[in-house]
Amino acid sequence: MSAAVAEVVEKKSEPLFSKKNRKLISNPLDIDNPITVQVLGVCSALAVTTQMKPALVMSVALMVVTASSNVIISIMRNTIPSRIRIIVQLAVVATWVIMVDQLLKAYVYDVWKQLSVFVGLIITNCIVMGRLEAFAMGNKPGPSLLDGIGNGLGYGLILLIVGFFRELLGGGSIFGFKVFEAMGLHYTGNGLMLLPAGACVIVGIVIWVQRSINGHRETH
Amino acid sequence: MKFLRKQLDKVKHSFEKGGKLEKYYYAYEAIDTFLFAPNTTNDVKGAQIRDAVDLKRLMMTVIIAMVPCLLFGIYNVGHQHFMAIGQAKAAVADKIVIGLWQVLPIVVVSYGVGLGIEFVFSILRKHPVNEGFLVTGMLIPLVMPPDIPLWQVGVATAFAVIIGKEAFGGTGMNVVNVALTARAFLYFAYPTDISGGVWTYLGDAQVVAGYSGATPLAVAAETIKGENVVAALNTFGAGWNEGVFTLQNLFLGFRPGSIGETSTLMCLIGALILIVTGTGSWKIIVSVFGGAYIMALLLNLIGGSPFVELPAHYHLVIGGLAFGAVFMATDPVTAAQTETGKWVYGLLIGMLTILIRVFNPAYPEGIMLAILFMNVFAPVIDYMVVSANKKRRIQRATV
Repeated sequence: MSAAVAEVVEKKSEPLFSKKNRKLISNPLDIDNPITVQVLGVCSALAVTTQMKPALVMSVALMVVTASSNVIISIMRNTIPSRIRIIVQLAVVATWVIMVDQLLKAYVYDVWKQLSVFVGLIITNCIVMGRLEAFAMGNKPGPSLLDGIGNGLGYGLILLIVGFFRELLGGGSIFGFKVFEAMGLHYTGNGLMLLPAGACVIVGIVIWVQRSINGHRETH
Repeated sequence: MKFLRKQLDKVKHSFEKGGKLEKYYYAYEAIDTFLFAPNTTNDVKGAQIRDAVDLKRLMMTVIIAMVPCLLFGIYNVGHQHFMAIGQAKAAVADKIVIGLWQVLPIVVVSYGVGLGIEFVFSILRKHPVNEGFLVTGMLIPLVMPPDIPLWQVGVATAFAVIIGKEAFGGTGMNVVNVALTARAFLYFAYPTDISGGVWTYLGDAQVVAGYSGATPLAVAAETIKGENVVAALNTFGAGWNEGVFTLQNLFLGFRPGSIGETSTLMCLIGALILIVTGTGSWKIIVSVFGGAYIMALLLNLIGGSPFVELPAHYHLVIGGLAFGAVFMATDPVTAAQTETGKWVYGLLIGMLTILIRVFNPAYPEGIMLAILFMNVFAPVIDYMVVSANKKRRIQRATV
């Protein structure tokens, strides 16, 4: 009993960037990646990655929403009745999404148009809800913030990798810069890469490469 | 032969355990067993009854069955070329030369890229090189248009072997047909090079007056309401390639199309070889044709547009239905495994093909997508057949 109490006390004095908390940011980048390992949020990953610019904006938007909703829910976690927690979480997420949506509309209108419904659909993004349920409901605001940022980064990393290959192979450019034409080469765009199926293939290859490097296996 | 054997024996020790090139043993082994029969024999103890049929012989049988299609395809590529440029009297030898000139590079690229990747993966994964690609490497050229850029053949083959096969664990583990994966890749990646008027090799020559690169499927689809679709097919090519889309000619295959798919007759010869040697399942072949015929008859009953009213037997000889039914649908890895399942699998392929052909304007031919689609569903069909059988037996049992 006293040992447990001691542990709780110890936790309280834990610094924000302790080794354990740094893992909250580094794990989602590799062994606990929201897309390639948890396989969440795949739908938007296939939809917004035809070019890198919308992919980048989407990643930032998702990171902001996840991190800030995580903090809010974490602060409120002890006062939320467990029966209605989902609707409370949704209300918080929706608030943040609308704010992000308006910001994007105001400052990067062209990208906002390109992303169309997918910014709004962050509300239903499994990564956001997943982190709220799995982490923010049981942890303090500090680690929750890091967890949100980490998962946002992990999502963004995959989005940018997929977007890089899709834009490069599909249109021969990176961030709209025509790479092959700049080198004086003619490039025939690969139409498959512009289809969601092409994104699915690339996500698959990313998972393949990642798992053959870190040796991760599903446990049944 | 002796010289080759000596050379192989000379380098053998460096590939064996402890040798310098130990890592590349399977590359050596592949070349050795490709050139010579392996000298391994059965154990002295245990069962000695054994047939010499192995994967290599099975694959070679399929390749032999494809030879009629390939040879005819080579001739036909040249034939269509000379018809399109208005030299109907060109010599057979000239036609064959043109055909070889177009077809052989595609075959070489397909085999070169595919086998190269197989070798790399066999060394990385430390398993013998599988023979599966021998058939795939021949199927890929046969489903390509004669004018396809070679780099596209290379990219498509690489994609099909890596994503379609190796990602799933190599030969025998693939979910969808590898050769069709290559074609589907091109179809979605570079649609302008594998649809429309690409089915005749033109080269730099001037085409004859009145020339049209349309396929029978396109002609049938574009027939306007009120006209007779059979008449439209019969009169197509008047002036430069008389009677190219008559029923008889469609069956024989002197028409533009993918290299190997045009001749229903040659596909049937291939089917005969496959069935007699027991390599391909006759149930699948028959049921694909049957499914297509039944669906086309049903559509004829409904009516509505000239394409829907195209006589059902026409559907069996146009497009790639025969080639797909004989060589693609029967792929033992991706087809249904249970005997009842094979009937269901084939029937659904045939029916889907006709539905895609007639009702989806984006895809003029449906056999490729129908087979790929049913490949994915084959395990489900098998599962249902097995559980139906279980249910029957449980009901019968008296415990």
